[in-house]
Amino acid sequence: MNLYEKSAPELGALLRSGACSAVEITKDHLRRIGAVEDKIGAYITLSEERALQQAEAVDKKIAAGETLHPLAGVPIALKDNLCTQGIATTCASKMLEGFVPPYNATVVSRLDTAGAVTLGKLNLDEFAMGSSCESSAMKITRNPWNTNRVPGGSSGGSAAAVAACEAVLTLGSDTGGSIRLPSAYCGVVGLKPTYGSVSRYGLVAFASSLDQIGPMGRTVEDVALCYGAICGHDPLDATSARRDYPDFTEALGGGVHGLTIGLPDEYFGEGISAKVRQNVLEAVAALEAEGATIRRISLPSTPHALSAYYIVSSAEASSNLSRFDGIRYGYRAEGCENLNELFERSRSEGFGPEVKRRIMLGTFVLTGGYYDDYYGRGRMMQQRIAAEFSDAFEECDLIITPTAPTGAFELGANIGDPLKMYATDVCTVTVNIAGLPALSLPCGFDENQMPTGLQLIGPKFSEARLFGVAHHYEKLCGGFKLPGLS
Amino acid sequence: MKYEIVVGLEVHTELATESKAYCGCKNQFGAAVNTLCCPVCTAMPGALPVLNEKVVDAAILMGLATNCTINPICKQDRKHYFYPDLPKGYQISQGDMPLCEGGYLDVMVDQSGTTRRFGITRIHIEEDAGKMMHDDAFDGSLVDLNRSGVPLIEIVSEPDFRSSAEAKAYLEAIRELVIALGISDAKMQEGSIRCDVNVSVRPVGSQTLGTRVEMKNLNSFSGVARAIDYEAARQIAMIEAGGTIEYETRRWDDIKGENVVMRSKEYAHDYRYFPDPDLLTIVVDNSRIEALRSSLPELPQAKMRRFMADYALPYDQAATLLADPDKAVLFEAVVGMGANAKSAANWMCGDVTRLLGERGHPLEDTRLTAERFYEMLNLIERGAISTAAGKIVLERIMFEDISAAAVVEAEGLGQISDADALREIVRAVVAQNPKAVEDFHGGKTNALGFLVGQCMRQTKGKGNPELLRQYVEQALGIS
Repeated sequence: MNLYEKSAPELGALLRSGACSAVEITKDHLRRIGAVEDKIGAYITLSEERALQQAEAVDKKIAAGETLHPLAGVPIALKDNLCTQGIATTCASKMLEGFVPPYNATVVSRLDTAGAVTLGKLNLDEFAMGSSCESSAMKITRNPWNTNRVPGGSSGGSAAAVAACEAVLTLGSDTGGSIRLPSAYCGVVGLKPTYGSVSRYGLVAFASSLDQIGPMGRTVEDVALCYGAICGHDPLDATSARRDYPDFTEALGGGVHGLTIGLPDEYFGEGISAKVRQNVLEAVAALEAEGATIRRISLPSTPHALSAYYIVSSAEASSNLSRFDGIRYGYRAEGCENLNELFERSRSEGFGPEVKRRIMLGTFVLTGGYYDDYYGRGRMMQQRIAAEFSDAFEECDLIITPTAPTGAFELGANIGDPLKMYATDVCTVTVNIAGLPALSLPCGFDENQMPTGLQLIGPKFSEARLFGVAHHYEKLCGGFKLPGLS
Repeated sequence: MKYEIVVGLEVHTELATESKAYCGCKNQFGAAVNTLCCPVCTAMPGALPVLNEKVVDAAILMGLATNCTINPICKQDRKHYFYPDLPKGYQISQGDMPLCEGGYLDVMVDQSGTTRRFGITRIHIEEDAGKMMHDDAFDGSLVDLNRSGVPLIEIVSEPDFRSSAEAKAYLEAIRELVIALGISDAKMQEGSIRCDVNVSVRPVGSQTLGTRVEMKNLNSFSGVARAIDYEAARQIAMIEAGGTIEYETRRWDDIKGENVVMRSKEYAHDYRYFPDPDLLTIVVDNSRIEALRSSLPELPQAKMRRFMADYALPYDQAATLLADPDKAVLFEAVVGMGANAKSAANWMCGDVTRLLGERGHPLEDTRLTAERFYEMLNLIERGAISTAAGKIVLERIMFEDISAAAVVEAEGLGQISDADALREIVRAVVAQNPKAVEDFHGGKTNALGFLVGQCMRQTKGKGNPELLRQYVEQALGIS
């Protein structure tokens, strides 16, 4: 087996035994990137030099007999909306082309401290707005399972890189499904953590009340290790929770016996492809056979979730993206006669169509006279959806749904139809609205031989439980399958 | 027709906290441009605000000092507009749920002590913007973000002012108050206290408010008064001419003494307020409010009333003493030691203030302790030195390490108050000046002063003038 196919614990064991060095592991991944990146297009920026320096630092620690973090020497990569000091952070937008942040996101500092080796920055939908990675102003990212198909979005580069073994682990961000949808489309494991468990400091904000950074990997254990490294209170993020977190690897191997799993009717009805439904129900049956109790439940406000989500997220986005004004950094239109022209043209020329659509939508719903009808009602719906989940978790330990209605679609298929594109988020947005943790894991294939995903949703801060169930199912179904890339 | 002026004021005060409102940067005026900033206050992508709780404490203190209700729960909102000095494209402020609401301030509005009560609608916290810099030395404009994120409180009054003088008295009271609370240095010239004015007029007797006009760019309290008078006159003239007042924002030009339209109604901003999702709801519990309440000092307006009543001081003297907290403290200390309040106030407001002005020193930099000052006042009170000698003593005990008694000794300033010695001198002088005695009895009262002066000359200026006058009067047979 190639080094680049190995999991974080496997690489850790090799490092500790002296069978290979961190530099060798890094070089092997860089070679892998060189071999497949032309087909995939996951990376916007490669930081080879920095990666090798980080790997050398790990090798020195090993030589000095120091204790290593489980992620030390493990090659990772970051969605390009996470600020990296000294490495360009573009958000896949012309607006931030060439922007080099003066500081690191908290998650980046934490992974650096752990000794993880950062290979580079990954493609996304522009400012994380999209479900296919096609709104990126930088490049097209292709699905490793079929390069005519999208990797999903917005963390499409993060999912594709992991699936194609261009990194062991990647970080994505999830506002309405942006980690889970591409994880499902690319056949990898992705966690959208509980709101407040991972610091958002240094994540270029899309919708502050919904955004969470989370890990994506090929195995549940890798994802659990990475989550353990990035979670925890951060004084730089006022919305970050003050609490202690367990060692998540200890939750693995616990089985599912005695757990009650809820299946909400609303997530298995119209719009969900027959094959996706079948795959998820087969997985549920397998868990039932292992001792879980299955219960049908109802989350009646689900049909309103998508509207509420697009109102709230667009409102916050329109505000968060106000700072891109052409004054201090980023794109500035040339030859402007006055201030208003500078603002208007810099923003008109710097942002792509999907970002502008959301800014306009968000501006509209916050305008005096419309606020109560739109933003106010969106927030009310948010509370109702959260309350329904709370009630549901009174009678079950976790909830299983499909991650997405279908497998990955073809490149260009939904570009002209924003509503159809938005509908791919129908199973994922509720989780962000309610601030819950959810994990997507591979669960079979659709009629196009594309992976489909199963979504585990738990109460707030129940990540350990999600990892335990996901790990058990992973063992049952045989785990990650490498796509047929040469 | 007679018109009444109706004015409401919005005062912005920068808080003198150590660090800024939402990041750890130092809150300080006058540093080199763009040296007090970080990813948060320059609005780098991904940076997040975290509220400095000291800001909440300062605002609560102001709320308590102005009799406001402190809301146990309030939120922070984003107020959106584009301007180069506003890096996020929005200001963090408070919209419909401010921290403090529904208070008032009693303000003495004239020198006879008339006090008026002005309503405070609300006090909320917000952040300041940066500063635009324009200079011939470079093309275009530059932005200094040192001020970006500096905490402010905005104090919104009810439309309770009926003259520019009332407005000015209120502004001065607010300034004194924030200084007394220690929450702001309130320096108009550094922009740490600023004010917008809303002016309308209505026929005397009318209960409905006229359409208001907002004025900005007011750089001094006296400028505020001028701007109000100008705007009221403009509105009255317009109404008299058959016109109507439109809601608009006008910019005051203090040099020209006039205002011009900045923004008419059609261009009014829609700020799109909404709760800032990066920040938590502010929850203020009762114990915090009570702890802050118990830390409140005596407030300036109450102190003014007390000084005027308890020490029987005229307005001017009370104001001079209270304008400098150190003076007020020194004054109360010597009176507490037994000094005569009137005499102590005269010295404080007269020679002490004059000498400080001449030397350019604040009181705290001098050596004038309560003990030394009292010693000097007591020497005068006892007649041991003259008032004239007191001035010499004062200057030395203020700026040298020497006691009043030592100055008197060293300079031979002791006053002759010995009755026999003085009577003897008076006898001699009266005997030597029969012409003056005659003049006095002939009705020339000036002659009395002449004789006292002659006696003083005999004592080389050290005779107690009051005793000398008394003895001369006795010698002339008029007392």
